[in-house]
Parts: sequence; C-alpha cells; structure tokens
Amino acid sequence: MNVDVNAIFQIAGIGIIIAMIHTVLKQMGKEDMAHWVTVIGFVVVLFMVVSMLDNLFKEIKTIFLFQ
Amino acid sequence: MEMIQIVGVGLLATVLVLIVKEQKPMFAFLLATFTGIVIFLFLIGKISAVIHMLEDLAVKSNINLVFLKTILKIIGIAYIAEFGAQVVRDAGQESIAAKIELAGKILIMVMAIPIITVIIQTVIKLLPV
Repeated sequence: MNVDVNAIFQIAGIGIIIAMIHTVLKQMGKEDMAHWVTVIGFVVVLFMVVSMLDNLFKEIKTIFLFQ
Repeated sequence: MEMIQIVGVGLLATVLVLIVKEQKPMFAFLLATFTGIVIFLFLIGKISAVIHMLEDLAVKSNINLVFLKTILKIIGIAYIAEFGAQVVRDAGQESIAAKIELAGKILIMVMAIPIITVIIQTVIKLLPV
C-alpha cells in the first residue's frame, strides 16, 4: 500500500508544480511554452494513471474471470 | 486497522484534489481516478480470499463449475462497470456513465443466458404434461 500512496502524492505534486510553472511562464509572456508544459505534465500523469488502471484490470481478470 | 488506512487515504486524496482543482481541473480528475484505483487494488486482495472460499465450497458440494465461473464473471463485470461509470460521472459526463451502466447490464444478461436456459428447462421438466 505504501508505494501506491506515494504515487498519490506524486500526482498531486506534479499538478501543483505544473500549475506554478504555467503561471510563471505566463507572467514571462511565453504563452505557448506554458501550454506545452501543461500538456507534457498531463501526459506524464495520464501515463501513470493508465498503467495503474491496466494493473487493476489485470487483477480483476485473474481473480474474477479465471484466466 | 486497514479501514483507518483507507479512510486516511481517501481524506488525504480529497484535500489534494481540492487544492489541485483550483489550478488544473484535469489533474484533479486524474488524481481522483488514481485514488479510486488504489483503494480498489487494496480491496481486490480481500475479495480474492472470499472467492477462493466460494470456489472451495462449490467443489465440495459438487456444483457444476460452469455456474460458479459464470457468476464470478458477472460479479467482475459489475465491479468494472460500476468503477468506470463512477469515474466518468466524476468528470461530469452523466450520459456516458449511463451508457456504461447499460452496457454492463446487457453483458451480464448475455452471460446469464446459459443459466436461465437451464432453469427454464428444469421448470419445463417439472411441469406435468
């Protein structure tokens, strides 16, 4: 369970830091860079969530569907 | 005290979601999904113990294993459909969530067809001609 809880903190941290970087870049007048940062952060977090979801579905398959 | 652990993780994740939601709603959604996955993964170990017990019971009482398999598949479909529908509903897409639930119901119905057939055949055999 410990590893998973760490991942929750990781995602929240990534979100907060990305928001900070977005604000700073916006203040500097680099709108397009700010949007790219948001997109990359989003993709990283999405990758984490999707790999975890894959894990979950595999568990469900092995337990419920006898495979 | 696993219950306290789960409640703690839930409360913590809720606070984090509220913080992140102000800045980036997308991250808040992913965080909520991830928390759901973590809790579900934690629970699935417990569920497997119950299911092993059911399996043992079915083998001991000489029930056809196909029935148990079908029932377990139905329970699995129900859990997956519920999970997916709740995640989608969290994101505010009520209609897609309703469709996921509909798909879950129909797939369960399809899975149950062999059992229903057996029941109907049994009832017909019992009826006096």
